[in-house]
Amino acid sequence: MKRSLLLATAARYLMPLMLLFSIFLLLRGHNEIGGGFVGGLVAASALMLYGIAVSPSALRTLLPVEPRLLAGIGLLLALLAGSLPLFSGQPFMTGLWLTAEVPVLGKVGTPTLFDTGVYFVVIGVVLWILLSLAEE
Amino acid sequence: MQFPWLLLTLSGGAALAALAPLLTSRLKRGALLLALLPLAVFGQLCALLPKVAAGAVEQVNLAWVPQAGLALSFRLDGLGLVMSLLISGIGALVILYGDAYLHHHPARGRFHSLILLFMTAMLGVVLSGNALLLFVFWELTSITSFLLIGFEHERANARAAAWQALLVTGSGGLAMMAGFVLMAQISGSFEIGEWIAAAGTITAHPLAPAAFVLILVGAATKSAQFPFHFWLPNAMEAPTPVSAYLHSATMVKAGVYLLARLFPVLGGLALWPVLLTALGLLTLLGGSLLALAQTDLKRLLAYTTVSALGMLTFLLGIGSPLAVKTAMVFLVTHALYKGALFLTAGSVDHGAGTRELPLLGAAGRAMPFTAAAGGLAALSMAGLPPLIGFIAKELVYETTLAAPLPLLLTGLTFIANAATVTVAVWVGWRPFWGRPDAGELHPHESPPGLWIPPLLLAALGLGLGLGPGAAGSFLVAPAAQAVLQETLKVKLSLWHGLTPMLGLSVLTLLLGVGLAGLRRRLQPAWSHLWQALGKAGPAAMYPRSLHALLSFASWQTQVLQSGYLRIYVLAIVLTTVGLAGLTVGLRAGLPDFSNAWNAPRFYDLVLIGIILTATLLVTRARSRLATIALLGSIGFSIAVLFLLYSAPDLAMVQFAVETLSVILFVLVLYRLPKFSQLSGRATRLMDLVIALSGGLLMTLMMLMVSSHSEGSRLAAYFAENSLPLAKGRNIVNVILVDFRGFDTLGEITVLTLAAIGVFSLVRLAVKRKRRPFAEGGKAE
Repeated sequence: MKRSLLLATAARYLMPLMLLFSIFLLLRGHNEIGGGFVGGLVAASALMLYGIAVSPSALRTLLPVEPRLLAGIGLLLALLAGSLPLFSGQPFMTGLWLTAEVPVLGKVGTPTLFDTGVYFVVIGVVLWILLSLAEE
Repeated sequence: MQFPWLLLTLSGGAALAALAPLLTSRLKRGALLLALLPLAVFGQLCALLPKVAAGAVEQVNLAWVPQAGLALSFRLDGLGLVMSLLISGIGALVILYGDAYLHHHPARGRFHSLILLFMTAMLGVVLSGNALLLFVFWELTSITSFLLIGFEHERANARAAAWQALLVTGSGGLAMMAGFVLMAQISGSFEIGEWIAAAGTITAHPLAPAAFVLILVGAATKSAQFPFHFWLPNAMEAPTPVSAYLHSATMVKAGVYLLARLFPVLGGLALWPVLLTALGLLTLLGGSLLALAQTDLKRLLAYTTVSALGMLTFLLGIGSPLAVKTAMVFLVTHALYKGALFLTAGSVDHGAGTRELPLLGAAGRAMPFTAAAGGLAALSMAGLPPLIGFIAKELVYETTLAAPLPLLLTGLTFIANAATVTVAVWVGWRPFWGRPDAGELHPHESPPGLWIPPLLLAALGLGLGLGPGAAGSFLVAPAAQAVLQETLKVKLSLWHGLTPMLGLSVLTLLLGVGLAGLRRRLQPAWSHLWQALGKAGPAAMYPRSLHALLSFASWQTQVLQSGYLRIYVLAIVLTTVGLAGLTVGLRAGLPDFSNAWNAPRFYDLVLIGIILTATLLVTRARSRLATIALLGSIGFSIAVLFLLYSAPDLAMVQFAVETLSVILFVLVLYRLPKFSQLSGRATRLMDLVIALSGGLLMTLMMLMVSSHSEGSRLAAYFAENSLPLAKGRNIVNVILVDFRGFDTLGEITVLTLAAIGVFSLVRLAVKRKRRPFAEGGKAE
């Protein structure tokens, strides 16, 4: 497949910006528009844009972990966030919050962790499907 | 404190089962160590014997899942004690025997592991005081039985027999479970003790007969009653110690045990005597007549086991105190002589190299100890004094003579008993002192491990026969009391004087021995007859029904899982329209839509115009690229609509999803087959109708939701509580990660599963060296 130089060059600069934006979406999600799901979608499109514009194998080398591992990690994070309250004798999925605010992040609690899990699952799943189609 | 200790020892059985492979492979005589556990259980049971014989019932109750009525409640009464003594005592012997029998077998450890597991489960069955707990142990015995029958899993026959046993007893177990649930519905508890206390109200309940029949199906499959008897002879594929232990002495008695256990609860039903005596008699007669057609020692014994189990059911069906007492004596007697005979058969197989009756004979001189064990056990089976078998047979005749229809019942029992005598001669006398039909054997005595256990069991039958008083007051009386729930004096004795029973015993012996002598002349014809009959029997029904089940399964899979996306979509839309439409029509009716309507703004109209035009065009499109572009424009227009109606979260997700869809399409586009129109005019019209009905339903439902005059209470609730309860202002996200976080957890799990599915499909296609979507058709 012939690749467009313009797109490839643009993607190199666009991708980090979009990734930053996706993290921004994830973090502000609890109070403003955003959240783990949409953040994950944006991050996945960013990475996939790079994958298509440059090459799927370039994206693979860029990714620190396999997409399927990412999906698994996300799922485990979400499960962990749900299970943490069990240790203090509360029902599964009860939201627990730190009393003090963390700088930059604001209030942090198990829902934040859960949302991060969703974020990773979405990135992992989308990349897993798209990359296996792109590489085949 | 003795009973809790006993249970603790028992739970050690499961742990020891895990260690068994290690012990037997590392230590030369590791099995001796393993046998210590059943011996310890046996010893503790013996220590409890006087207390239980005095009428005490030991109990331990621990909560497990109180919400479901499931408790770890264990009871030890006379019935449980007799069964437990048999299970642990024979268990210890079988472990020792198995060690010698499988001495060179590489999977010896697995055998011991499974036997210990089985023993623990079986003791659990007879000690459970809670029906659900009993069910758990019951199923565990089915599973261990499955694994033990299929012990030599390299052989197809063993696998098939294991599978058959599991299917038959497993489906019976399900019926039994349903029966238990019904019983709990009737009585409000799963505790068997409470059932017994409420027996009167339970039997008066209209559902009680249904519960009884369901439980009976479970008991009948487990105890190989007609028409489920066929799995038991096939289970002889198992190694001989397994046949001796599971398939004659203990596990197959679980069904009978359950019936005895529930006798005080359901024995008052009018159905009880009718069903049980009929079932028992049929099994008793069928088993003993079929036994005469067998030539393999183990199958001979298996069919007489079927007949003995029929006898027990029959006796419980009669249900008089005498009959129950007889059943308990017979239960112990049968376990002792049948266990011994099976173990002897294994020893004969080992020493003489065959189990075929016509080939066996004259091995007694070379195998004196095995011959002694077999002979002694066979004497008990044939019912000769002074063995316990004699007492049992006298009691059986006494019971049938005192029952209603004495002539018929006694006559049928007589035939079955005579056949049993014949089999006893064949298995206990012929291999050792008879003459082989052809050829010559060169037998040698088996190692002590193969003859000590059967000799012990057979000697025990002699001991109980010589000391009938102790057997009566310590074993039979407490067990019969537990079944009858009333105090009972049991006096067993060898000599009753010149009674009709004695006359019948003598006649039985004469007929049985006479038949045994005619083996060479009669048996071939007899086998042919049963083979011809067998073609219509339940054994032939099994493969047929299994085949029918499998073809039904593949048929419905083909219908439901056609592999065509369009069929799936069709099914989903039609089901939704059908069910939801029905509910709307029946329940809600059409609401007042005046509230639901806002006058559209002009840019709404523009967007709706775009969406409608694109939708129309999509159905007429002639290329994939056009289709994708049009679908994309619909998606983006909807996203803009979301924005206009102040749902920025939804809009963002919609934008992102649309973008990713385009990427997905780009990736697969050039692999798809050339665009073509396959469906005809009629199909397309049909599709149009279905699509419109789906759209109509959705519109209707939307209108109904928005016409709700108060608006949704949920929205107000979330708006109010989002910040105080979940510390977030973005309600949509708070719902996703907090209020309905459990749903989200499920959704992301499904998402991951879907990815696994896509990944494996793509991989599969690559493996087949074929472009995944090239063939069209299946992957539309």
